[in-house]
Amino acid sequence: MYDVVVVGAGPAGSMAAKTAAEKGLNVLLIEKRQEIGVPVRCAEGISKKSLERFFEVKKRWIANEVIGAKIYSPDGTEIELSEEKAGNEVGYVLERRVFDRDLARMAAKAGAEVIVKTTAVKFERKGGILEVHLRRMGDDWKVETKILIGADGVESRIGREAGIIKTLKLNEIESCAQYLMTNLDVDKNYTYFYLGREIAPGGYAWIFPKGNSSANVGIGVMPSLAKKSAKYYLDKFIKDKNIEGSIVEFVAGAVPVYGEIETAVSDNIMLAGDAAYHADPITGGGIANALTAGYYAGLVAYEAVKKGDFSARFLRKYDELWKNDFGKRLRRNKKIQEKFLKMDDKTLNKLAKSIAGKRLEELSVKAIVLELIKTHPRLLWDLKDLFL
Amino acid sequence: MAKKIVIDRYKCAYCGACVAVCKFNANELIETFVVIHEDLCNCCMNCVKVCPTNALSVVEV
Repeated sequence: MYDVVVVGAGPAGSMAAKTAAEKGLNVLLIEKRQEIGVPVRCAEGISKKSLERFFEVKKRWIANEVIGAKIYSPDGTEIELSEEKAGNEVGYVLERRVFDRDLARMAAKAGAEVIVKTTAVKFERKGGILEVHLRRMGDDWKVETKILIGADGVESRIGREAGIIKTLKLNEIESCAQYLMTNLDVDKNYTYFYLGREIAPGGYAWIFPKGNSSANVGIGVMPSLAKKSAKYYLDKFIKDKNIEGSIVEFVAGAVPVYGEIETAVSDNIMLAGDAAYHADPITGGGIANALTAGYYAGLVAYEAVKKGDFSARFLRKYDELWKNDFGKRLRRNKKIQEKFLKMDDKTLNKLAKSIAGKRLEELSVKAIVLELIKTHPRLLWDLKDLFL
Repeated sequence: MAKKIVIDRYKCAYCGACVAVCKFNANELIETFVVIHEDLCNCCMNCVKVCPTNALSVVEV
């Protein structure tokens, strides 16, 4: 019998497996795809401190380092966010295919068993533990485990079958499409965000440079507001902005923008990462929260095994940990997102103009919103309490 | 007239967005292959609307 079975070898799952295995637990990590880390389904941006919190960062994980971000309102008004000191990189654009693989390798090195091209078909409760049905290349078999960690992404089956999460509605998800483009003329010191209902209804378009004149050029749109597909808006964005380059890769994906779920656990089960809707509702960023959640899930799995208590009540410890860490921010950013979704392009332009040219030194949603509240207290009065 | 959801495999980028929004668990992503379980599908169109590549559509049968 395993102590822990982790489903999904993305950042959340591998981090959970690594943490639990390092604590001496008997861990199985399964990935449904035949290759870990691809297709990427991600813009690959993460803040420097979120990554450094857990790792000694390896050069091969990093495609590019950025010193700031530039945000564009619908009429092209630019807001720059960057540290005072030039050359002080604040963000990474990762090479996820390398990073994800290394992370799974770290889990294996810590003692976790890793298998790919394997699907968790279903699970059943049997006398206080779980029986997980697995399928690989036509072979079906069962394993027993004390704890199941669902890190199976936005399309998570485990969370829904366990009754932990509700299916996402069309205003709780971003539909995304992205090209990896090369031969681009782009300043690689910044990441770029383009807002507006015309450009990206309910979402934004992005350019995340990866060095060597290449970049992830992508878009996320909210299906409840978008009239056409994400790919349509992406192609239009590239045409309208005259972005010239060669497309060497295409990926699609979906990002949960739900906000904070009430609980990510039930008896014997914990969810982490996109499976628990842990991505940020404003930025769509999910890697940092996934790593954090995976780490906590691994720790709580260890404590549960040590105590011999796999009840939801005990596993709520995990809820406490992730909620205190980033859950509050999910809740806050969901409220900010709802406010911004109501704004038309004219209002966005007005807001952008009012803070354009001011140097915002912190690269965060909080910094922008606080600055906006200062200049438009009446328009944004209902947001001020979020920062008290 | 009965309806059903069909998938254009040349457009599908097997991202799983359609699985994420299906209340009836009718869509399944098996590695790079999306399966629509017609017996579970209610043709609510959520998957059609979320698909980033416009690979899903509804047809009358």
